[in-house]
Amino acid sequence: MHPVAERIQQVFPAGFQRAVEWRGDLAVQVSREHIHEICRYLHDNPDMDYDYIVHVSSVDWPDEAERFEVVYEVYSIRRRARIRVKTRVPEDDCIVDSMTNIWKGADFMEREVFDMMGIRFRNHPNLIRILMPDDYPEGYPLRKDFPLRGNGWRDTFSFIGEKN
Amino acid sequence: MHGRRARWNGTSHVTADEKNSPGLIQVGHGHQKDGGTGIHLMTLEKAVNWARKGSLWPMTFGLACCAIEMIAAVSARYDIDRYGAGVFRASPRQSDLMIVAGTVCVRMAPVIRKIYDQMPEPRYVIAMGSCATSGNIYDSYSVVQGVDRFVPVDMYVPGCPPTPEALFDGILKLQDRIMQRSVFYKKPPEVMKT
Repeated sequence: MHPVAERIQQVFPAGFQRAVEWRGDLAVQVSREHIHEICRYLHDNPDMDYDYIVHVSSVDWPDEAERFEVVYEVYSIRRRARIRVKTRVPEDDCIVDSMTNIWKGADFMEREVFDMMGIRFRNHPNLIRILMPDDYPEGYPLRKDFPLRGNGWRDTFSFIGEKN
Repeated sequence: MHGRRARWNGTSHVTADEKNSPGLIQVGHGHQKDGGTGIHLMTLEKAVNWARKGSLWPMTFGLACCAIEMIAAVSARYDIDRYGAGVFRASPRQSDLMIVAGTVCVRMAPVIRKIYDQMPEPRYVIAMGSCATSGNIYDSYSVVQGVDRFVPVDMYVPGCPPTPEALFDGILKLQDRIMQRSVFYKKPPEVMKT
């Protein structure tokens, strides 16, 4: 196993679930309850020193019990090392701890995940939609059960009848 | 020097072709005192329309890759200024023509409508490219299926993206249409109901 994954398993035996290394990319799956402290460790520990957040994304697995997957990809500029941290959330309680107090750059990317997939982030400073309109009523477009053409807003524009 | 003056003296520079073409307004020789082409008879409406079509001030509204072709049309090789439509303004209150160039998303739609409402009349809209015309391949939850769903469009320019020549064709056709408009009585407003 990758030494970084071994280290995470040693320090957080309760949170660590599994690690996959594929073509040199390390992906660590952790539990939702421990992801914030694991990320805090990855950022603060001088042996880890993952100081740059590359991307936050999410995956919808509609057939599985814990339906959504949140993926953080972080990078250490000094060590030139990457790691991908994943966690699973169920649909009826899809909320994850926000990483904005560790990496400031997670702000907009977590907002995008919220906008597209409807996963909420605890302690996020400004969790509103970022790409779709603020009052978009039709749900979260990147979920697999969302119809590709939306639910019919394209024929109705609320601002047409307004007086300017 | 001497020969040049002799060439200009007393000669009319209007060709037979220009004299015979109806609707063409000749300017530029009015300062000559030796007769010829200083007086023109036309309707005032035509003169106003001629002035309007010759100074279309577009507004910069590039939304996607069509904007690159619009920029190319403005630049030196194509030079949209030949048709009087080269003074791109950043403010809707100073412009006559809105060239909607690119894909319009649902979040952009109220902005476009607001900017259209801020433009002074007479105002014209060109939907440039397939996306602004009909949504193109983006038959999705976030893309407006044609900008004519919320603003009246005068001219549609097809293409993905249209070449600068295609944009010029749209502008020339819009100028032809401007020449046909009535100036001194107001038509009832165009009804926009979707």
